Amino acid sequence: MDILDQIFVSLKHWAVSWFPGFAQPFASILLTIVPIILVFAGLFAVTTVLERKGLGRIQNRYGPNRVGPFGFLQFAADGIKALTKEDIVPRAADKVVHFLAPIALVVPVFLSYSVLPFGRNMVPIDIDGGVLFFFAVGAATELAVFMAGWSSRNKYSLFGAMRAIAQMVSYELPLILSSITAIMIVGSLSTVKIVEAQADYTGWLANWHVFTPWGFAGFIIFMIAATAESNRSPFDLPEGESEIIAGYYIEYSGFKFALFFLAEYLGMFAVSALGITLFLGGWTAPFSFLTWVPSWAWFAMKLLTLIFVFIWIRGTLPRLRMDQLMNFAWKFMLPMALINIVVAGVWRFMPPGPVRWLSCAAMIAVPYVLLGRGLTGKERLTKRIYQYAE
Amino acid sequence: MESWSVGVLEPWSPRITPPLQHSITPVLRMTAAFAIIAGLVVVSAIAAMSLRNLVHCALCLVGAFGGLAALYLQLDAQFVGLAQILVYIGAVAILIVFAILLTRGSEPSQQPSVTSTWWMGVAIAVLTFGSLAAMVLSSFVVLSSAKPKADVAADVAIKNIGTKLMTEYVLPLEVIAVLLTAAMIGAVIIAMKEARK
Repeated sequence: MDILDQIFVSLKHWAVSWFPGFAQPFASILLTIVPIILVFAGLFAVTTVLERKGLGRIQNRYGPNRVGPFGFLQFAADGIKALTKEDIVPRAADKVVHFLAPIALVVPVFLSYSVLPFGRNMVPIDIDGGVLFFFAVGAATELAVFMAGWSSRNKYSLFGAMRAIAQMVSYELPLILSSITAIMIVGSLSTVKIVEAQADYTGWLANWHVFTPWGFAGFIIFMIAATAESNRSPFDLPEGESEIIAGYYIEYSGFKFALFFLAEYLGMFAVSALGITLFLGGWTAPFSFLTWVPSWAWFAMKLLTLIFVFIWIRGTLPRLRMDQLMNFAWKFMLPMALINIVVAGVWRFMPPGPVRWLSCAAMIAVPYVLLGRGLTGKERLTKRIYQYAE
Repeated sequence: MESWSVGVLEPWSPRITPPLQHSITPVLRMTAAFAIIAGLVVVSAIAAMSLRNLVHCALCLVGAFGGLAALYLQLDAQFVGLAQILVYIGAVAILIVFAILLTRGSEPSQQPSVTSTWWMGVAIAVLTFGSLAAMVLSSFVVLSSAKPKADVAADVAIKNIGTKLMTEYVLPLEVIAVLLTAAMIGAVIIAMKEARK
């Protein structure tokens, strides 16, 4: 089983050994980067089709069903279309910035994959501050969004960029604060060490962070903030097509538009992968009797599950309003993330047992209820009655 | 243990030679990387000063920030380098472009880019550079150059920085925390709706 688990690592070492000595470091780098780009670009292609099929199923329609078997080659048709379309740049646009914006968006997104552990011994660079690196390059994408929105010289794209940046800055706080809990408990910023800390089992259940009160709350906060960070529904205001047409990439066509699309999905995969690393045990198996399944297969399964949840949420929830979005981030997510940090500290210093479990769970549940009650105020949510539809 | 990491190639088979970094002397490697990064920083900084469009200036300033971060990372100061990216590119640059957008039009201004008090700016720049250079040359890191690079890298490891911040430098940290909280409360008060009378 070890052979299957380490198959990609052995394959790479075998391939590298064929190169002459001076070229081996470069071959090693190349053989790490190219498969990551190919695999995740392929996952992007598959996800676009699956998303359209899934949304179609939720909305009681067919979805793409013309190209290839069951329409699964739709991504190839879309890709060829994007490549062959005319690249239109508005006359008033700032040409240089307009050209650089998609590149400045895609490069940091790909960079963030360099610290994610995809399986046992499968991390491109294991640096001391892996999580910090991830958030640092993630912060660089905000500027690319601004560049795209500003350089287009279009009011709608500028609105879209302002919305996107306001949203990303607001939700970055709960995103980082919720991941601090896992870093506190493990005592390291290295993604590899965080996964290794979750690798042993209590009985047959894995010691994943999500199975603790603070880990569960942290994971939920993290995933909500991740949805907002990747501009996906219900937080897709920056591209709200009924209000501002397409947001910051309204003036992009052809392959540049495809790059924005790619960056959005790859960003979603990357932040999901970080959520898996921090809370869902990375490449470890959930039960001790399932450890024979290769580590990279567990990682892939968890990633696909999270992608499914993203698609499901997109098909289920309506878009938020701007004030709801901001209130939710600053008045609910941020306090909950701060409380969760305190809970993680309490969890660290209490003796293990049911008392610790119950007290930590109560420390999260009580503020959750109180905050929720306080924010809804006097409004009571009842069944909505449509005046003309009844 | 075999690993997938780039650059960490264990010689598990006789065909693999040690990575390239060892074949070039560290001094030469340092110079080439430093030259590229320093050139990037200087060119972006000059562009940030001299371009006419304020947004372009801000974007060039981001290039300078990024170059500085690369410089820190190249010196094995991981935390400072990554914090530089997170704070300066992720927050300060965004603040600057928002300030430009919300206060004035992004059209280039017609004023000359060199003002009559340029000599004051030059004097301040020379003074700052001189004092920084004096500080660096008299610092114990330069004076005790016998310290190996690996030890310095271990000193600035993220864990050590965290421990120091929580023990030795906890008072400055708390003072900064109070200052930032006060600034945030002030911003909220300014932005708050005035009470109806």
